[in-house]
Amino acid sequence: MPTTTPAIDVAALTKTYRSRHRTVRALDGLDLRADAGTVLGLLGPNGAGKSTTVRILATLALPDPPAHGDRPGARGGTARVAGFDVVREAASVRRRIGYVSQRPVTRAMDTSRENLELAGRLHGLGHREARARAAELLDVFGLAGSADRLVRTYSGGMARKLDVAVGLMHSPAVLFLDEPTTGLDPEARAELWAELSSLAQASGMTVLLTTHYLDEADRLADQVVIIDHGRAVTSGTPDQLKDQLHGDGLTVDLASAEAATAAARIAADVAGLREITVDGSRLRARATAGASVIPTLLGVLDAAGLPVLAAGIARPSLDDVYLHHTGHAFDAGNGQARQEVAA
Amino acid sequence: MSALTHTAMLTARAQRSTMRVPVFAVMQIVQPLIWLLLFGQLFTSVVEIPGFATPGTTYLEFITPGVVMMTAMFGAAWAGTGIVEDSERGVMDHLLASPASRVAIQVSSLVWYSVVAAAQALVVLAVAWLRGARFDVAGIPVMLLGVVLLTCVFAAMSNAVALLTRQQQALIGISQGLTIPLMFLSSAVMDTRLSAGWVEAAARFNPFDWAVVAGRQALSATPDWGLVWGRLALLAALAVVMTALATSAFRAYRRAA
Repeated sequence: MPTTTPAIDVAALTKTYRSRHRTVRALDGLDLRADAGTVLGLLGPNGAGKSTTVRILATLALPDPPAHGDRPGARGGTARVAGFDVVREAASVRRRIGYVSQRPVTRAMDTSRENLELAGRLHGLGHREARARAAELLDVFGLAGSADRLVRTYSGGMARKLDVAVGLMHSPAVLFLDEPTTGLDPEARAELWAELSSLAQASGMTVLLTTHYLDEADRLADQVVIIDHGRAVTSGTPDQLKDQLHGDGLTVDLASAEAATAAARIAADVAGLREITVDGSRLRARATAGASVIPTLLGVLDAAGLPVLAAGIARPSLDDVYLHHTGHAFDAGNGQARQEVAA
Repeated sequence: MSALTHTAMLTARAQRSTMRVPVFAVMQIVQPLIWLLLFGQLFTSVVEIPGFATPGTTYLEFITPGVVMMTAMFGAAWAGTGIVEDSERGVMDHLLASPASRVAIQVSSLVWYSVVAAAQALVVLAVAWLRGARFDVAGIPVMLLGVVLLTCVFAAMSNAVALLTRQQQALIGISQGLTIPLMFLSSAVMDTRLSAGWVEAAARFNPFDWAVVAGRQALSATPDWGLVWGRLALLAALAVVMTALATSAFRAYRRAA
């Protein structure tokens, strides 16, 4: 395989879920590409199509069947992993990937050693190889001391590390991690990040990571693609994405939507504020130096007799990048980036 | 080759899950004994009805093969719960994204449920023996073959339903809705020649009754071997069809994903 072949190559991928009552287009012409040995972060709110993408790439779901008039054999776009088509060459793909879903990939009533060894053997490792590799990974993830305990006795952080270890047993060419740290406490998350980033650097494998935490992608990903409504909205390195947004995001909560609209007219005259939008009773704006503009803004709103319930300044977050690209906000549990200040 | 290795490893895993819940393992042994002793006490005198079974057979001897097959069928109907549990976690997805053979995933479940059912059958026979029932020992391996085939039919069916519904309640509802009527539309606890004509007719198309008839004949003093092998052949054919259906249910699982 020439080195120019991308480890993940997705073009115009579509996936439609049909039930009796409604039709949902989960992927709507998605394009993605990850070079071998890199970490690609797939960011987006819940329902954006992240997991659907990973499920198709891991051969667990099929893209849409071909539309009328397509050339025979074409489906809703193409997806190749490690050089193989995920529909026509699924068996070859399965030998080369590791898949860690959002839900635990281990059996609760088996020990972690049993889970690891079984995963290794199913991928064709010999008995001894599987034993040795399991011991090695238990060591790397700091689980050696509890290797023979049932997984159901594990904490969330330990169980998640074990999931990642299971995905690594056969040293896959491409590893899929679907929201590896969702639901973990900050300490466990930081620990897993440290392990993932050293692994990704050392092994030369390609990693596709989905997340709705910008800081996670920031820490781990070489390239980030933001998707929404099943399409890539923007892509680049984490720094490029943040640089697209100049300065901090400001939010001011007012008593009502009318008050927010009135406040937006007043804020338009405040020097240093840009991209002023109203979202219900919340006013949003951007400013190069948020901390120095906010007292001015609060001052003029007070003078205009508009009571402020809360105000905040935040460093650019996924929410802001997302808002910038799509013009609407989403709630995906990434609010902790914003520091609310009581007014 | 790899399909065989995968089957062995996945069977070992199924064995671990059973053994790690001791209450469950104990219940699997105790439950058939409850059936045996309960039905045995409940209907002791039905053998006195003229025309019931072979003269000289005690009711305990009559129902022992029935209880053996009931235990096998009811046990196998639970096979799919393992698949639902694995799908509720990410375990099934992980298996399906790995090179694990789909056939091995099915067959390992059938193998383990067959081992359990055969062990239960031997326990039932032993207890019936202790309570005075007498059988032709030479027929026991043939009866066990019936147990295995019946288990494969219903475990594969349960696995297929599990892959299609992916819900414990739906699976248990469908399994019970099917197995309980099948049990009563058979000669397991009652000679169908004494039932309504339509019950006797229905029993002829009931795979559960095929197993009961084959088992009872095999254990009797003068087996009708033509009947035994005929019924076992029907069961074997159905087991193959059900296993193929259950394996192809993985495709439906992937399409629905």
